[in-house]
Amino acid sequence: MTRAVGALLRKELALERRTFQVVPAMALFSLTTLIVFHFALQQDDVEGRLAAGVLTVTLLFSAILGINRLFVADHEEGGFDGFLLAPVDRTAMLVAKALALAGYLLVLEVVAVPAFGLMLLEPALTGGAVLKTVVVLGLADAGIAIVGTLVGAIAIQTRALDLIVPLVGLPLLLPVVIGTAKALAPVFAASGAEALPAKWLVILGLYDLVFGLLSYAVFDYLLED
Amino acid sequence: MHAARLRTLSILTVVVLIAGYSLAAFSAPMDADQGFMQKIFYLHVPMAIVALCGFVFGGIFAIAHLRTEDPTWDLRSYVAIHIALILGVGVLITGAIWAKASWGHWWVWDEPTLVSFLIIFLLYATYTPLRFSIEDRERQARYASVFAVTAGAFVPLNFVAVRSATSLVHPRTFDSADNLPGAMRSAFLVCLLGMALLFVTLWKLEMTHKHTTAQLRALKRKLGGEDGGRPRRSAAPELRVG
Amino acid sequence: MIAAALPDNAGYVVAAYLVFLALLLIYVAIIAFKLVRMQRDVSELNDLADRRAGAPGDASADDEPSVVGRSSLHE
Repeated sequence: MTRAVGALLRKELALERRTFQVVPAMALFSLTTLIVFHFALQQDDVEGRLAAGVLTVTLLFSAILGINRLFVADHEEGGFDGFLLAPVDRTAMLVAKALALAGYLLVLEVVAVPAFGLMLLEPALTGGAVLKTVVVLGLADAGIAIVGTLVGAIAIQTRALDLIVPLVGLPLLLPVVIGTAKALAPVFAASGAEALPAKWLVILGLYDLVFGLLSYAVFDYLLED
Repeated sequence: MHAARLRTLSILTVVVLIAGYSLAAFSAPMDADQGFMQKIFYLHVPMAIVALCGFVFGGIFAIAHLRTEDPTWDLRSYVAIHIALILGVGVLITGAIWAKASWGHWWVWDEPTLVSFLIIFLLYATYTPLRFSIEDRERQARYASVFAVTAGAFVPLNFVAVRSATSLVHPRTFDSADNLPGAMRSAFLVCLLGMALLFVTLWKLEMTHKHTTAQLRALKRKLGGEDGGRPRRSAAPELRVG
Repeated sequence: MIAAALPDNAGYVVAAYLVFLALLLIYVAIIAFKLVRMQRDVSELNDLADRRAGAPGDASADDEPSVVGRSSLHE
């Protein structure tokens, strides 16, 4: 199983490296979103809860872009059929795709978070704050990756991929939104980064665990012929 | 389908519901701080509880469908979610009325139950469009079941998350379901039972209808009539009856 | 007159219960529509069965009993 996942993951990353579709689009989109927020909120800088919210929403919507594209290549080029013929555990695709999506999200955040810090954030991003942000976003990314892969796999077989992904994915991701925003709010506090609220980290972790197990259980049924 | 049980069920539903609302109207005492308005509570909360249970049952039936591949389970899941969704509309409307009566706004963010219910409703509202957008019947059923299972697992998780997020500044009125004085509690429980019975009756009703239509179609085929005279586009799962 | 006798805010409570009633009655109406459609199907089947009964030696597996005649169901 690990070898299958490794192979699939390498294929995903190789494909992305060669075509450079998803990650640059996500990164660019996040930057544009930050500008939109500046004008929509009519704020020169944000801090505390507003800052946490802006960052969460930016990452979320950029992620939706990535989820939309996640299975397109497989669907169009017959990758599913090829995979089904291989004598591997089908859940390997779930793991590989989720890992790939998580990777894209990480790259996205490497671009978006500093941009956010420079453009909109009022308190400067200290090392401690960055570390705390990394922890929170790590948990959030896991949730988005798992649920995103599941929703993407469902949506790819419908005729309305681009509609189904946000319509189904956003409500499902709301606990992640809640958790991330609540956890990041003290980090971006104007008076300096405070401690992370443990309650929200626990909720994020619980969400990741539940949906991880759930996706693992149901993914097989999505790939049957 | 067992149509005979349907009759008993419906009569029972009428009796229990009327009893419940009569208790709520006449026997339950007036609430101290909310007054007469609190009576909405006997309608709104049972509806919400039953709707949420309906969604969860939709997920359970979906699990059965995935394991057995029997399309009847898919139909059961579809109908449960369908009726829960209708009740959900009622929950949101009565919730808004209640919010307007209590706090003067049609919508308040302070009630985590209501907010989390809205999220759930928006999620399940995509169930039918999702079914519609998958052509292949068998795949449609399978994907719908995966969705129902995922969404069913999501219900409690979402509730926990939203509840934790809501500030405790405003007293949560729906929490007071736990510590109700005697007469109020019995009225509430009877209303809850009545609403649950209503759900089961409507569910059975719809299942019976679907089965009967399937039998009629089979009959038509057997008698040599042109099948599929009106191929109606429907998101509902189709039954094949012998 | 009645409104004066009831405590205030009664309007909202009544509205809520009316919404519930409305939903139920709409459901009843939808069932009625479906029933009409089913009734049409059954008549069609009855016709088919009659035609079949006219054709020799063909006992259809299911029998629509003649109780399902039109006369008893129409006013």
